[in-house]
Amino acid sequence: MEEQFAIEMLNITKIFPGIIANDNITLQLKKGEIHALLGENGAGKSTLMSVLFGLYQPEHGIIKKDGVEVKINDPNDANDLGIGMVHQHFKLVECFTVLDNIILGVEPTSKGGFLKKEDARTKVLELSQKYGLMVDPDAVIEDITVGMQQRTEILKMLYRDNEILIFDEPTAVLTPQEIDELMQIMKNLAAEGKSILFISHKLNEIMAVADRCTVLRKGKYIGTVETKNTTMEELSSMMVGRNVNFHVEKEKATPGEVVLEVDNLTVASKVHKNNAVKNVSFNVRAGEIVCIAGIDGNGQTELVYGITGLEPAKEGHVILNGKDITKAAIRKRSTSGMSHIPEDRHKHGLVLDYSLEYNLILQTYFTHDFTNEAGFLKRKPIREYANRLIEMYDIRSGQGAITSARSMSGGNQQKAIIAREIDKNPDLLVAVQPTRGLDVGAIEYIHKQLINLRNQGKAVLLISLELDEVMDVPDRILVMYEGEIVGELDPKTTTEEELGLYMAGAKRDEVAE
Amino acid sequence: MKKNNILKNGAVQSLLSSLVCVILGVFIGYIVLLFINPAGAWDAITAVVKGFFYWPAGPMRTKYLSETIVYTVPLLMCSLSILFSYKVGLFNIGCAGQYVAGAGIAIYSAIAWHLPWYVCVILAALAGAVLGALSGALKAYRNVNEVISGIMLNWIGLYAVNMLLSKVKSPTAETFHILHKNPSALIPSMGLDALFNYKYFTIAVPMAILIAIAISIILNKTKFGYELRATGNNKNAAKYCGMKEKQNIIITLLISGALAGLGAALFFLTDIKQWEVTQSSVPSMGFNGIAAAFLGCLDPIGSIISSFFIQHITYGGSHVNLDTYCSQISDLISSIIIYLCGFVLFFRYFMNTRIARADERKAEREKEDQAEKELIASESAAAEIAEPVEEEAASESPLPVSENTDGGDEK
Repeated sequence: MEEQFAIEMLNITKIFPGIIANDNITLQLKKGEIHALLGENGAGKSTLMSVLFGLYQPEHGIIKKDGVEVKINDPNDANDLGIGMVHQHFKLVECFTVLDNIILGVEPTSKGGFLKKEDARTKVLELSQKYGLMVDPDAVIEDITVGMQQRTEILKMLYRDNEILIFDEPTAVLTPQEIDELMQIMKNLAAEGKSILFISHKLNEIMAVADRCTVLRKGKYIGTVETKNTTMEELSSMMVGRNVNFHVEKEKATPGEVVLEVDNLTVASKVHKNNAVKNVSFNVRAGEIVCIAGIDGNGQTELVYGITGLEPAKEGHVILNGKDITKAAIRKRSTSGMSHIPEDRHKHGLVLDYSLEYNLILQTYFTHDFTNEAGFLKRKPIREYANRLIEMYDIRSGQGAITSARSMSGGNQQKAIIAREIDKNPDLLVAVQPTRGLDVGAIEYIHKQLINLRNQGKAVLLISLELDEVMDVPDRILVMYEGEIVGELDPKTTTEEELGLYMAGAKRDEVAE
Repeated sequence: MKKNNILKNGAVQSLLSSLVCVILGVFIGYIVLLFINPAGAWDAITAVVKGFFYWPAGPMRTKYLSETIVYTVPLLMCSLSILFSYKVGLFNIGCAGQYVAGAGIAIYSAIAWHLPWYVCVILAALAGAVLGALSGALKAYRNVNEVISGIMLNWIGLYAVNMLLSKVKSPTAETFHILHKNPSALIPSMGLDALFNYKYFTIAVPMAILIAIAISIILNKTKFGYELRATGNNKNAAKYCGMKEKQNIIITLLISGALAGLGAALFFLTDIKQWEVTQSSVPSMGFNGIAAAFLGCLDPIGSIISSFFIQHITYGGSHVNLDTYCSQISDLISSIIIYLCGFVLFFRYFMNTRIARADERKAEREKEDQAEKELIASESAAAEIAEPVEEEAASESPLPVSENTDGGDEK
């Protein structure tokens, strides 16, 4: 019985101060299977994987490889055991070629220390043919698509003869078509005897590709099920402990006045010489959610920078409540009724070394509520305000208002940002991938907050890469492709396939206005 | 209740790591002395550590204690200058040059312009501020690294001041005594000189301490400090929430420079020392400010203690027996100790990891009790039990330290 498991993590317990990250968790990966690891943020998936890679030592429990107990002290040990991982954010050298990246760290060299790339090339080509991983070994990483970069990462593992492949949220950055390809690749790999651990939040993908699924919740092991004997609903209730509404329920939109008007906006790119946003025009009305859909890197980030003032607009106008704010300072935009949930919560959204309460007043610290005439911060009102938001928005942390933001889980960090931005009572909320990397429970919660805001007659501009979100949440969809808006769709009538075609640039129409 | 304990814990940590650094520094200094000449090593290192205690209790001891305190003032101001900019993520190595500029303007305006002391002090602070703001503007608008521009300005400042003060120098290479030219430029003592048995003991000392407290309040309690620290911790987030990042960089270095300039004025306007116009190296005061700031754990109040300590061992170094050691030895030993002071943050980190480990062990023991509870309940419970654990760990840590000292005493 035992020998058929490629890797076993038995009764793993890992404790951090104030929190039990893994509580007696058992994960058994069979040879040649695709095994999904499902759980909300903070469920302990990352901790479990860190234990597997030797980054943490568990308090209890053992790891077995092929039935033999092994000790993994650091990632090198894991590597020696044939465990490889494709990280959510790729670890590739942008200006190197695909081949250089694959051999990085295990370069074949001749006696004189010269690289012998030809051997490597042969091996890479063989591997890519065997598993259907199409790459051009001589292409430079920064020039190729995200899907191809991911295939490079997979080849990196295969080149190192890894037997156990871990995919951490691999579909987050892919187009629908690329996701299908990845699923096929994973199946090929499993058919060739590789064992795959697939970490995901996306139930439909798990159902489509995984053989079995282990569910974690709040650090505890909930169970392992065969996907063919279960349903998405069952998995989701195992994950969150209750039934989740998959479909976002909302009343019909009643759009009012135009709140945000973007007129022929052009924003330069920081990465390349072209403009990242080209003559984009659209508007968002009070009481509606408009979603900018598109594949990552098609100018959405720069569009948001232009609207929120993080980067200057090259041409065109941004008009908020009838006032031209194209050249206004960020603070001015914020006080005139714009809130912004930034794309990167660590880069822009939080001061990680500040306490939660200080992060909650980041947009309002200068107001009379929190600063007196002499310029001193008012300690008590800040604490009270923070406690109110913590309660209202259910922000969980080890020590309440004084918890360092750094020590909070991703979902709760995001909740803190959302609480701060929504509580500012904005006329316009610019929400950029507000549910990125979050679990179903948190996503549902955030979607509700967005819809609440809409129902209160506020305007919401949502920028999203997630198809489910694009289809469910907004009242209108604008698709962005290569810096332009290529289509306006009605989420009620469009299909994911049609959306995918627009996002991939295969279809476009002239948007009215 | 909770918050107090944690703050206390942070302070305890800072204190402990500083102490470990100091003791290690003394220990390594002792080893170096042993290598050079084992015979006199013990006497030498005790002389360094004793400082003013070299003198028997009585007026002499008071006098040299006072001297150490007076020398602490400029060092404290320089360390405040360093830590203030460091909180914003800037490393104001130009502090040394700003100190020089402050000294130059203070002495010149005192002797050449016959201005009263408070005006000289203000002018000196302004001179430091101008140099600081220059580095700040270069950083903010041209992204010139403040370390590079600071080092360049140090030299420009030094030679400019040498030139300027050549006009007010006595027949020797030193500037005139301010007492002889313009007594009104001397910082008043208000009786402190008599009290401390030292004629250069002036109100500069209480002023410096008040400034340190003011800096502490500004950084921790005001909107301005909130902005500065946010900018230092995360520039992008500061920009995102509309803080004026460029303006803050300039203001920070301006204040930082003013503090250094002020430090020079509070020192030279006591007439304790004259400026040597032929000196060709930037005074080390600004650089020692870096060590003092880090030894004080980047805390203004900690800086008071660390600055005093550094001056204490520097003074102690002057009592090293020069028959057994060459004359550079005192500087060498104090430099070694000051160098080790830079490791405070490292020791703090080390201590934190120990505490974390102790916490984990404790949490494990408590695990069975918690198993039944909900996650939130267990979180808060663990936070509560975490307090005694941290204290336990903190009280564990000094053990090796005290062993070290004990061992040293026996030898």
